[in-house]
Amino acid sequence: MNAADRLEKPIQHHDPDGHPKGLLAGLSERLARTRQSIVGQVQSLIGRRPVLDAEFFDELEAILLQADVGVNTTMRLLSGLSRSLKEGGQGKALSGEDVLKRLKEQIVAVLGPPEPLGKAVEGPTVIMVVGVNGTGKTTTVGKLCHRFRKYGAEVILGATDTFRAAAIDQLEIWGKRAGARVIRHEEGADPAAVAYDACQAAKARGVDYVILDTAGRLHTHVNLMRELEKVKRVVEREVPGAPHEVLLALDATSGQNGLSQATTFKEAVEVTGIALTKLDGTAKGGIILAIRDSLGIPVKLIGIGEGIEDLRGFDPKEFVDAIFHTQDT
Amino acid sequence: MFENLTARLQETFRKLRGKGKLSEADVDEALREIRIALLEADVNFKVVRDFVAKVRERAVGSEVAASLTPGQQVIKIVNSELTQLMGGRESKIQYAPKPPTVIMMVGLQGSGKTTTAAKLGYLLKKQGRKPLLVAADTWRPAAIKQLQVLGEKIGVEVFSTHEGDDAVRVASAGVARGKFLGCDMVLVDTQGRLHVDDELMAELGGMQKAILPHEVLLVVDAMTGQDAVNVASAFDERLELSGVILTKLDGDARGGAALSTRAVTGKPIKFIGVGERIDALEPFHPDRMASRILGMGDILSLIEKAEATYDQTKAVQLTEKLKTADFTLEDFQDQLEQMQKIGPLDEIVRMIPGMSRIKGAGDMKVDDHRLRQVGAIIGSMTPEERRNPEVIDGSRRRRIARGSGVKVQDVNVLLRQFNQVKGFLKQLGGGGKAQRRAMRKGIIPFMQ
Repeated sequence: MNAADRLEKPIQHHDPDGHPKGLLAGLSERLARTRQSIVGQVQSLIGRRPVLDAEFFDELEAILLQADVGVNTTMRLLSGLSRSLKEGGQGKALSGEDVLKRLKEQIVAVLGPPEPLGKAVEGPTVIMVVGVNGTGKTTTVGKLCHRFRKYGAEVILGATDTFRAAAIDQLEIWGKRAGARVIRHEEGADPAAVAYDACQAAKARGVDYVILDTAGRLHTHVNLMRELEKVKRVVEREVPGAPHEVLLALDATSGQNGLSQATTFKEAVEVTGIALTKLDGTAKGGIILAIRDSLGIPVKLIGIGEGIEDLRGFDPKEFVDAIFHTQDT
Repeated sequence: MFENLTARLQETFRKLRGKGKLSEADVDEALREIRIALLEADVNFKVVRDFVAKVRERAVGSEVAASLTPGQQVIKIVNSELTQLMGGRESKIQYAPKPPTVIMMVGLQGSGKTTTAAKLGYLLKKQGRKPLLVAADTWRPAAIKQLQVLGEKIGVEVFSTHEGDDAVRVASAGVARGKFLGCDMVLVDTQGRLHVDDELMAELGGMQKAILPHEVLLVVDAMTGQDAVNVASAFDERLELSGVILTKLDGDARGGAALSTRAVTGKPIKFIGVGERIDALEPFHPDRMASRILGMGDILSLIEKAEATYDQTKAVQLTEKLKTADFTLEDFQDQLEQMQKIGPLDEIVRMIPGMSRIKGAGDMKVDDHRLRQVGAIIGSMTPEERRNPEVIDGSRRRRIARGSGVKVQDVNVLLRQFNQVKGFLKQLGGGGKAQRRAMRKGIIPFMQ
C-alpha cells in the first residue's frame, strides 16, 4: 500500500512508534488537563450527589457549559442522558459510573464515527487550511506536512498567506523542517496566483500532496472571504476534484463564536473537516460538539502540543475515552 | 440555532413591556433569557451566575415598580451592572515617572501579541512618543521577522537578536537599548505560551524581574470561551497583570471574555483591537462593551466617530442653512462626502441600536451603489442646477442622466426625494430640538 493510502485510515493507528494502547495512554496524558476538569468534576459531583435529582442535572449542565459545549447542545445532551437513564434504570439504582458511561455514549453519538482526510483518487491531493487569525494554521500545515513526509509522501506547500507579515518566512521554516518545497510569491501578492502556481508545480512534479496555508481572516470580513472563495475556485479549476479537503483550523479555547466561524467558512468554501488546535491547554474544545451537532462538520485532526509530531488523527470514541479515562486510584 | 442575542433579549423585554408591574416570575423569566444570552456571549458560567443573582436582587422590588416601563428598567439595571462589572470607566496606560515606560505583552499563542505590539507602537508614535519594539519571541518561526516588517511599516525602531536566543536576555538588552536611544516607551513582545506551562511561565516571571515593566498587559482573543478565566487568573497570579488588551473584536464575537477576565482578575481592559489595519487599536470603553455584549449596538462609538470625522465648519454652515431652509443639492453632496468619510456603511449600520432587532439585519447590505449613483448625478449638474434645482427641465434631466450614466428616472427620483427633504426642513422651521433630530437623521440618508 502506498503512502497516501495508509493515511486514509485514522492516522494514529499507523503511527510507526506507537501501539494503539500505548497511544491511547499517551493521548490521555496529553489531554490530562482537559480531562481533569471534566472527569474530575463529574466524579466529584457523583460523590457529592448520589441522588440523580434536578440539582444533579443542574451541576452536570454547569460542567458542560464550562467546557464551551454551548447552551443548545448541552440541553440536547442532557435530555438525551436523562431519557437514557430512565430507560436503563427501571427498578435498579443507577451508579455514578452509569451516568458517566451514558454521558460518554451521548457525546460519542453527537461526534459520529471517525472520518479520514479526503484524498484524490488520482493525481495530487489538495488540502486548504483556513480559519480566523491566530488559530494555528501555519503550524498545522507544518505538522501535517511532516506527517505526510514521514510516510514518504511528496508534499508541496503553498504560501497563500501573503498578508500577514513574515507568514511566508514562517512557512519556509516549516518547509525546511519537514523537507517540503514551498511555492511562494512576494508579500501582498494575489493568493489565488500562489495557489495556481502550487497546483501547477504539483502536477508537473507528480507530488502526492499540496497544502495551502491561507491567511487568517475574520469570517465577518466579506471581501476576505471572497478572496478565499477565489483561491478555492482556482484550485477547483486546476486540479480535478480538488480541494479534497478544506480544513478549518479551530482554536480549542474558542467559545461560541466557533460556531459562527464554522458556519461562515462552510458557506464560503465548503469546509470538510476541522483541525482542533491547542488542545494541550485547559480548554476543552466543547464547541466541536455544537459544530458537529448543527453543521455536521467532523473533527479530523487535533493539535496537542508544540512539537512537530504533535498532530493526531481524531477518533471520537478514543478521544472521549481519553477525556473520560478513569485512572486507577 | 445561533440566535442573535439582541433579538432574544428584545423578545423577552417585549413580553415585559406589556405589563404594568413586574412579578418575581416575570423577572425570573427575563433573567433566564439573560443568562442564556450571556452564556452564548461566552461570559464565564460562574460570572454569569453571580451576575444574574445580583440583577435579580435589584430588579425584584420597588425600583422596578417605580419605573415607567418595566422592560426598560430591567435593561437599565442589566446594563449598569454590566458596565460596573466591566470596570466603570476607561483605563489608560500608566506612564513611568522617569522614562522609558516598559510594557510587557503576554498571552496564549495566537492571541495577537505581535500585531498588537506593533499597533500599540503606532498609536504611541502618533501621540508623539518615541517607542521601541523588542522582539523577545525568539521561539516561534519568523516571529522576529514579523515584528521587523511591522516596525518598518510604521516607522518604529525594532530591537532584535536571533531566533533561539534567551528571551530574558533579549528583553533586558532591549530595555537597555531603549534607554540608549532615548526612547520613552519600550514594548516587549513575548512568545505565546500556555498558562499551564510551568517552565515558560517561570521564564516570564524571570523576565519581569529582569526588566521591571511598568505595565504587564495580557493579550486576549475576544473569541475565547469559558477558558478565558483560567488563562487570565493564571497569568495574573504569576505576573500580577496591570491590564488586558482584547483583540479581534472586529469579528462577530460578543466578547464575553472581556467580562470574564475583568471579573476574575479585577484588572482593567485598556485597549481593543478592531481590525486588520495597523491603526485599528482603540481605547476600551466599558459602557460600550456592555452594550455590545447585550447587543444594544455601539451607538456611542458611532456618534463619536461621526463627530471626529465631520467637518465642524461645514456642520455649522449646514445648520445655518437648515434654519433658513436654504438647503441645496450642493449641501446634499457635501453631506454625502462627509458620510463616506465615516466609513463603510454596513459597518455603521451594525453600530446602530435596534438594527439587530430586524431579522437578518446583521448581513444587511447598505446600498453603497445607490449612494455613489446619487453622488454622480449631483456631480453631473451645473453649479446653477445644484443651487436652484427648479431650473432642471426635461432636456437638462436627460443631459444629467447621460453624464452620470443613469436613467432619467433615477434623476427624477433624486429630485423628488430632495424636494421632500426640503419640504420637511421647511416645516421644522427654526426649532432647536426638532432640527437637531433632523440633523441626526440627515447623517444617514437613504437608510430604509
